[in-house]
Amino acid sequence: MEGSMTRRRARLSGPLARELAIVAGIGVLLIVVAPLLLSEFRIALLAKFLTLAIVALAIDLAWGYTGMLSLGHGVFFALGGYALAMHMKLEAAKDGLPDFMGWSGLRELPWFWAPFEYSGFALLMVIAVPAALAFAVGSLVFRGRVQGIYFSIITQALALIGTLVFVGQQAYTGGTNGMTNFSTLFGFPLAESSVQTGLYVTTVLCLGLVYGLLRWLTGSRAGAVLVAIRDQENRLRFFGYDPAAIKLAVFMLSAAIAGIAGALYVPQVGIISPANMGVVPSIEMVIWVAVGGRGTLVGPIVGALLVNAAKSGLSESFPDIWQYFLGAMFVGAVVLFPDGLIGATKRGIRALSMRRTAIAPSSAEPSTAQAVAPSAPGIALPRPVEVGS
Amino acid sequence: MGHERRRQPLRRLPVSRKGEGVLEIYVLQLFNGISVGSILLLVALGLAFSFGLMGVINMAHGEFIMIGAYVPYVLQQAIGGGASDPFGLSFLLAIPLAFAATGVLGIVLERSLIRFLYGRPLDTLLATWGVALMLQQAARSIFGAPNVQVTSPGWLNGGLAVTAGLVLPYKRLFILVLMVACVAAIAVYLTQSSAGRRMRAVMQNRDIAACLGVATPTVDATTFGLGAGLAGVAGCAQALLGPIGPALGTYYIVDAFMVVVLGGVGQLAGTVAAAMIIGLVNTAFEFGSTATVGKAMVLVLVIFFLRWKPAGLVALRSR
Repeated sequence: MEGSMTRRRARLSGPLARELAIVAGIGVLLIVVAPLLLSEFRIALLAKFLTLAIVALAIDLAWGYTGMLSLGHGVFFALGGYALAMHMKLEAAKDGLPDFMGWSGLRELPWFWAPFEYSGFALLMVIAVPAALAFAVGSLVFRGRVQGIYFSIITQALALIGTLVFVGQQAYTGGTNGMTNFSTLFGFPLAESSVQTGLYVTTVLCLGLVYGLLRWLTGSRAGAVLVAIRDQENRLRFFGYDPAAIKLAVFMLSAAIAGIAGALYVPQVGIISPANMGVVPSIEMVIWVAVGGRGTLVGPIVGALLVNAAKSGLSESFPDIWQYFLGAMFVGAVVLFPDGLIGATKRGIRALSMRRTAIAPSSAEPSTAQAVAPSAPGIALPRPVEVGS
Repeated sequence: MGHERRRQPLRRLPVSRKGEGVLEIYVLQLFNGISVGSILLLVALGLAFSFGLMGVINMAHGEFIMIGAYVPYVLQQAIGGGASDPFGLSFLLAIPLAFAATGVLGIVLERSLIRFLYGRPLDTLLATWGVALMLQQAARSIFGAPNVQVTSPGWLNGGLAVTAGLVLPYKRLFILVLMVACVAAIAVYLTQSSAGRRMRAVMQNRDIAACLGVATPTVDATTFGLGAGLAGVAGCAQALLGPIGPALGTYYIVDAFMVVVLGGVGQLAGTVAAAMIIGLVNTAFEFGSTATVGKAMVLVLVIFFLRWKPAGLVALRSR
């Protein structure tokens, strides 16, 4: 896969090849250099943030590119996590019941738990369960032309109900405490640092793969259709496209990616609980994308890393300030930087380079100079800028 | 996650335990459903109007409930409830005060933030969520994280015994009366006053209304303040039913959104009907099985309903 991609890209124009080199360079930096420089604790933290960056990419695909603001991605993330956690619970139980079932008075393994004994089945479910839920909700919602804010509200209700179900069905899900006390994953002991390093490397590779997939998708003609759905859904329908089917497919893909992120999260953090799935964590995932820059692929990754780093730094020492800070971030990201850090940086760089070229007498064009003027709060969201451009 | 909002068992309903006639149980369930629906209605009215008028969803609306609920608490702390206030005057005084306080806050929020975001509903949703987080943290800093209790007036204790097995609590009856009074006032405002007429005009066609000389920004701010004030009144009602805390608002907000979606935007009749339906369905399923099933059924119901009638129960007709 890697080989064929480089071969294809090598024939393509310079910027693409350069971008691939940058991505590969960051990958090497994360996989080879970071473990040498950072302590085991820092690497574990980074690994956790990177799994969250995968969710941010999933949300960006749905929101930044296709215009569907999902406030329920925590559910998909947690479902993927629970699928793998069920397998690990069965591994830890050794021919018996997972511990929490015994506490709840269950004597026999429920039928839907039994197949999770097989690792292949569990891995399949990591993708299939979130995608199936997205299909169930999406096929009802998109066919009914439920759009915009209605979609957001319904996905938020989904997050609330998902939490209530998982808290309520304690015997099958572990209730509020969720699932924890894992010992092994596919036979590898989780306590070993080499296993954790392996998981970290897997996370980096998965993030790279998801980035590559979305980069290819959004750069293709299909990506243009997605942006068209975001900007003018009705017009696209008049052109003969079926936005409902496309949105359903995107929503399912986004849910599946979030599920993968959840599955990577669980063995590294060691617990999955309804606290990862509710209304609050779901909307926090959206803010990572908003802070980084929606409609770009680098933005969500940067946003997820920065916000979570700030959170682990601030919330431990000053939990009060963190809440104000988080709130201010929501307001600021929307009012002051509607295109996020990436957009603001790009604007800044372009404004600088414009000023430099403006000194040269030939290239100063008034129309382009106006276009890069810093935007005042309250103006419409600028068109998202392509990553590699 | 240390800041995870706590879910509070606020809506624990009085259920007859004596095992009397079936009819009484059903009547009580009906009463409970209407009671839940009436608080939902007070909350949802403001949301429905600001959504209908400006196309924005205010995630901080739940925090207006919370602030409204703290008003009687503050008043009782200041006056000294209980013995020094035998007739519960502080609580009665708190209702208009809560309306005023949250109304002013709503206008401030609209003028300082939301008006910059018109035409960007999804962004408004995120920005107001941020405001909600800050308001919650402010409440936590001022009043502390633990829940507090408002002493309800003595004359609201006990209940109206219709039969031996059927006792309707006075508190819930009072809330019902409060709701009816508020809805009646809103109906009069909308249909009889010139301000209400301007509001309906802007809702039907903003541009034409503006052309005809309606000051749409003023209408926006007034409507938003009115909706916030109603949420404050709902907060007072909630303070009667149980302990209140900084995360009080989050409990109602999702249900209130469901009411808005089901009822159609900006229509009094639709919102009233939707609030009652959701209140009744919630309690019916809670009674039949569990609260979780009730909530899930409401969502499924709303989604199916939207497929059937995308504009809600009562659609706003405009050309």
